[in-house]
Amino acid sequence: MGRKILTGLVTVPGIRSFPVYRGEGGYMSVEKALCEMTPIDIIKEVTKSGLRGRGGAGFPTGLKWSFLDRKPDKPHYLVCNADESEPGTFKDRFLMENMPHLLIEGLIISSFALGANTCYIYVRGEFKYIIGLLNKAIREAYENKFLGENILGTGYSLDIFVHPGAGAYICGEETALLESLKGKRGNPRIKPPFPAYKGLYDCPTVVNNVETIATVGPIIIMGGEEYASIGKGKSTGTKLISACGNINNPGVYEIELGLPVEDFIYSQEYCGGIRDGKRLKAVVAGGSSVPVLPADLILSTPQGQKRLITFESMQEGGFDSGTMLGSGGFIVYNEDQCMVRNTWNFTRFYRHESCGQCSPCREGTGWMEKVLYRIEHGKGKVSDIDLLVSVANKIEGNTICPLGDAAAWPVASAIRHFRHEFEYHIEHPEICNRMDHGKLIEQPAASIKYR
Amino acid sequence: MVKVTIDNISIEVEDGTMILEAARKIGGKIVPPAMCYYSKLKKTGGKCRTCLVKVAESSSRDPRPMPKLVASCSTPVQDGMVVQNITSKEVLDARKAIVEFLLINHPLDCPVCDQAGECDLQDLSFLHGVMATRYEEGRREYPAIDIGSYIKLHMNRCIHCYRCVFVADQLTDQRVHGMFYRSDSMEISTYIQNVVDNDFSGNVIDACPVGALTDRTFRFKSRVWFLKPIDAHRECNKCCGKVTAWMFGNEIYRITGRKDQWGEVEEFICNECRFERKEIKDWFIEGPRKIKRQSVISANKYEKLLKPNQK
Ligand SMILES: Cc1cc2nc3c(=O)[nH]c(=O)nc-3n(C[C@H](O)[C@H](O)[C@H](O)COP(=O)(O)O)c2cc1C
Ligand code: SF4
Ligand code: SF4
Ligand code: FES
Repeated sequence: MGRKILTGLVTVPGIRSFPVYRGEGGYMSVEKALCEMTPIDIIKEVTKSGLRGRGGAGFPTGLKWSFLDRKPDKPHYLVCNADESEPGTFKDRFLMENMPHLLIEGLIISSFALGANTCYIYVRGEFKYIIGLLNKAIREAYENKFLGENILGTGYSLDIFVHPGAGAYICGEETALLESLKGKRGNPRIKPPFPAYKGLYDCPTVVNNVETIATVGPIIIMGGEEYASIGKGKSTGTKLISACGNINNPGVYEIELGLPVEDFIYSQEYCGGIRDGKRLKAVVAGGSSVPVLPADLILSTPQGQKRLITFESMQEGGFDSGTMLGSGGFIVYNEDQCMVRNTWNFTRFYRHESCGQCSPCREGTGWMEKVLYRIEHGKGKVSDIDLLVSVANKIEGNTICPLGDAAAWPVASAIRHFRHEFEYHIEHPEICNRMDHGKLIEQPAASIKYR
Repeated sequence: MVKVTIDNISIEVEDGTMILEAARKIGGKIVPPAMCYYSKLKKTGGKCRTCLVKVAESSSRDPRPMPKLVASCSTPVQDGMVVQNITSKEVLDARKAIVEFLLINHPLDCPVCDQAGECDLQDLSFLHGVMATRYEEGRREYPAIDIGSYIKLHMNRCIHCYRCVFVADQLTDQRVHGMFYRSDSMEISTYIQNVVDNDFSGNVIDACPVGALTDRTFRFKSRVWFLKPIDAHRECNKCCGKVTAWMFGNEIYRITGRKDQWGEVEEFICNECRFERKEIKDWFIEGPRKIKRQSVISANKYEKLLKPNQK
């Protein structure tokens, strides 16, 4: 049983409401942070905890905070990135739905540490009901004097605003998010300058993921060292993983980092194994943007060790045989799933969501989607496979923001690991008309090891 | 001042200069092509990615290379920076890829395009493109529309460089057109059709690197290489009044801003000068304008015509 730092209280009835949350010890971290600690102490504590961004990149949060341009001539802002739209990732939604006060607690402490008096939560537009929940929780916090002027008599004031997005995945990228928050078109911009120097309204700004911020409260209560003792190596603490696909128990799980992937998939505490007694074929381990891995490579690293759920272990093997922890969207495929269809589906998503600014991403995602559509619908050619690899390679690394890479990796990795499925589609166009044609693809015995 | 080395040539430039500007100071073949950056307009650049270069050493303090290719138009130089443009195969390959991306949805209708002969995309394709296409899917298609009484928009040809958006933002008092939708369905359009009407709106024609925005008063009148560019000026109370008149015999076929060797206008001009003064008597003629860019207009033509005895 791993420790549940974020989700320990989820099962308490009525935990969404302020009185119940407070009764369970909520907002004690705010009292401790604002009354007993200085902003520098808080940043030190977060640095000590080894907390890394949970939004996808895994950048150390304490380090990010220490980069903030602290000149007092401009206001500072904290922006909470709640634009969770990555296919496969639904952990922030779970957290905001069930523990809105945990997020607000984290926001107050983080804003205090960063010297911000205004804080925005940028919520994905489709989460309409969550906006209501958050606003209710914020109102309760105002009523109980944890927000507004002179919080707890310390002289520190903070306002939190919830801003709904308009349904664009790209607005999860931090610079696009800031543009969108200003009311402009959500186009990412070139970094540097980083938001820590020039962010919202050209003022120093920190953008953090919901889960990252929600973790700050517990870190203040338990102390950075204690938090750092959980986990493995540089991947400290716990992480929410949203598991979906052909597993017995889909859902959001809090795991201690360092848990072997095998245990996560097969233990009853978590995914509970593959549904209907089928075999495991592949896993996308960190949301649609990360490379897909076949069963044998996701369960063990190329060196034959068990693959663990940590930032480092996931990357082992580089791009040839590794993947990334990403945002923790864990999609599991059984032997009946068609990897071509899956790749086409992901690419369709990226084609739709590219902001369209840079040529490789705008044109390349559309190109890949059209070719994949043809292959999946029985009109592919043998040369299409190499064409896809070449287009993916030419998008990768040549764009403004990482969406271009995120669109290229799923295609490149699917072809690397499941080339025979693409070939099978091209050689057997007759199967492609059936919705369940994933079952019909004959796998050459040597090419793939099911688990 | 900081020292930067581009393709083994060193130059001292002011702090904060972009790599592309430093390269333009050196001049010649090592200047990366630019399709979206426009030095006269603020905030342009970074989008088309044709100007990608490799930074082999970031600075003398931190000599590590930058992990990815960077857009030279939007990356400031640092002291001791070492940049590779045409000396790096990686850069040339990437540039080839970008040209391919820019062309897959382009209609390639140069034979009927008014921009042909002075089109940045044509030049770029000649220099960096490949002869055959690997793209077999359908191309984007839009109807050509009139935006205002002077400007024609062929969205098929647009490369989404945003220059026209910045022109409208920075030169006119109100921008009434913009980028709509996203991804490969992104298009330039007006908020209400036919409303681009402003003293300086005609500058989008000069800024547009391709034939997406063309001059309706010059539509299908002539191929540009049959015309003689002549510098001319007039007293104008709205703009500088310094233009290039494109003449055929004694007739002015069209007026544009004076473009420098990078294809950028020296100064923006107003719509009155551009569209409504097409008579010889409206202008003081200064003399032939030398078009320095490598394009079919200048293919050896004027240098030989003007100075037959030199060289
Ligand atoms: C295309 C794209 C989409 C992104 N979407 C999200 C998102 O939905 N939520 C999120 O927290 N971070 C997202 N990110 C990452 C953010 O840019 C940023 O790194 C993150 O919010 C930083 O927070 P962290 O340090 O707490 O992880 C996205 C990045 C990219 C490139
Ligand atoms: S990579 Fe794609 S999403 Fe990112 S800025 Fe470029 S076009 Fe937009
Ligand atoms: S119309 Fe021309 S200037 Fe405007 S974005 Fe398209 S190519 Fe660029
Ligand atoms: S000119 Fe630099 S990216 Fe377009």
